Amino acid sequence: MGGSPILRMISQRIALGGGLLLAVSALIFAGTQILPGDVAQSILGQSATPESLANLREELGLNQPAIVRYFVWLGGVMTGDLGTALTTRQDIATTLLPRLWNTLFLAFWAAIVSVPLAILLGLLAVRYRNGPIDKAISGFALASTSLPEFFIGYLLIFFFAVKMQWFPSISTVYDGMPFLEKLRAIVLPATVLVLVVLAHMMRMTRAAILNVMQSAYIETAELKGLGALDIIRKHAFPNAIAPIVNVVMLNLAFLVVGVVVVEVIFVYPGMGQYLVDHVAKRDVPVVQAVGLIFAAVYISLNIIADIAAILANPRLRHPK
Amino acid sequence: MLDLKHIPAGALLGLIITALFLFTAIFAPLLAPYGGGQIVGGVWEPMNAEHWLGTDNLGRDLLSRMIYGARITIFIAVLATALSFGMGAILGFTAAVVGGWFDTIMSRFVDLLMSIPTLIFGLVVLSVLPSTVVTLILVMGILDSTRVYRLSRAVAADINVMDFVEAAKLRGEGMGWIIFREILPNALSPLISELGLRFIYAVLFLSALSFLGLGVQPPSADWGGMVKENKEGIVFGISAALIPAAAIAALAISVNLVADWILNRTTSLKGGRG
Repeated sequence: MGGSPILRMISQRIALGGGLLLAVSALIFAGTQILPGDVAQSILGQSATPESLANLREELGLNQPAIVRYFVWLGGVMTGDLGTALTTRQDIATTLLPRLWNTLFLAFWAAIVSVPLAILLGLLAVRYRNGPIDKAISGFALASTSLPEFFIGYLLIFFFAVKMQWFPSISTVYDGMPFLEKLRAIVLPATVLVLVVLAHMMRMTRAAILNVMQSAYIETAELKGLGALDIIRKHAFPNAIAPIVNVVMLNLAFLVVGVVVVEVIFVYPGMGQYLVDHVAKRDVPVVQAVGLIFAAVYISLNIIADIAAILANPRLRHPK
Repeated sequence: MLDLKHIPAGALLGLIITALFLFTAIFAPLLAPYGGGQIVGGVWEPMNAEHWLGTDNLGRDLLSRMIYGARITIFIAVLATALSFGMGAILGFTAAVVGGWFDTIMSRFVDLLMSIPTLIFGLVVLSVLPSTVVTLILVMGILDSTRVYRLSRAVAADINVMDFVEAAKLRGEGMGWIIFREILPNALSPLISELGLRFIYAVLFLSALSFLGLGVQPPSADWGGMVKENKEGIVFGISAALIPAAAIAALAISVNLVADWILNRTTSLKGGRG
């Protein structure tokens, strides 16, 4: 009968996430309404004629109150209709979908590399605590949290694409591109993403394991005469899984955001570049749609982090 | 109180570099050999005796532009940090002292804001706001104040239940006195190292926005904007874009070193309270 309280907690968490997402959609919508004037004026600029202003207002439905527009928009989003881009007149959902896949493809490979690497390095840092390896790892962590993505990105392009010519400097991917070529195209952007999240993930893994290492049962294991690696493997790691999974998910959420800048650096046809292009063009419907999707992915990963923590906690799995 | 002999080498290096950047920012017009927007040579000239860092994509002296860029970058980041700190700390302290509905509404609203990645929400808001320096400072400061709010609220909630605050309340002091005379002085040390981290975050956030073309608008440019201006050169093997990018990294790392040191110092000062 162990399942029911867990199921209840998980469904509560999901419901909470759903509510949060709804609130976030309202906030994103409100975020594009905060001007004292209106959106049409800011899109067209000061030189707009009264006619073009009136037309755009009509098209955006600005003659209706904001609350009505919000629910119309929300209803559309719920049924998969994200609206039409102002600048290109294209349906947002159909433009967005392939770009979403590209972004997830890039983020997926960055995650595949960074997660095991971060856990391994975190374990090493604990094993050789305060030794040179630990110092080197925390030095690297300090550097990598301070480096802007574009510094790492252009440095990689400069050396590996321009000087060595090992990889393309522009990460073009298209439909029907052979898988291996696609992988080769994303090596550099994926490396930037890995470097950006690795340090943080590693540091938090190290902290999570160190936290476990201070418990009484670890001391017992030490006094039993177990070797340091055995203690970490058999006693510390299983108990640190929950916080580590949590760390990993939080960093994946971070990675999805880091993608925005990285895509612009490598001119990668993903969602981030789509967002940035349309912010500059003041194409509000696109910005709202992409912003909402980014927020949804971010919130979902956070919920998964919570659920993983619930599942990995043995005290919750076997309630009294 | 400050014993210079006991500063670790890393923190000392951080302090020196941070001070150098600040000095450059303040005295930019005196230090720069050329004007920030002045075209003085060919496009992307390599480093030479006349132009120490070479010239940029329009033939402007890169060193002069870096010096003026330091001023813009640090100016905006400092103001945004000040705004985020002032707002976050005052609201956080007030929420902790007043409690009740004010605390609940503020805290839930901050939770909501923090559930959207800052960069994404920043981009959403900037899609309708005019691209001016004031807008940038406001957007960056307000979005970042959520983190300061959480920290200040947590710190103030701890202090709020201490005897001296109770005593002040009992002798009938007003809210302003409680917040500014009782809580603020005692909350300063945990907040100060956070100040450094928020400043770094502001520098990186501003640089990212400008790099994406949504921050400081040409012809003036912060370091992020300079990376954007010169990024096309990279594929031709011209490293001009790497210089402002490296400057951002150097500033962030040195402030980080100082903040780390202050954090370690204050936690050791706090003794058992951890």
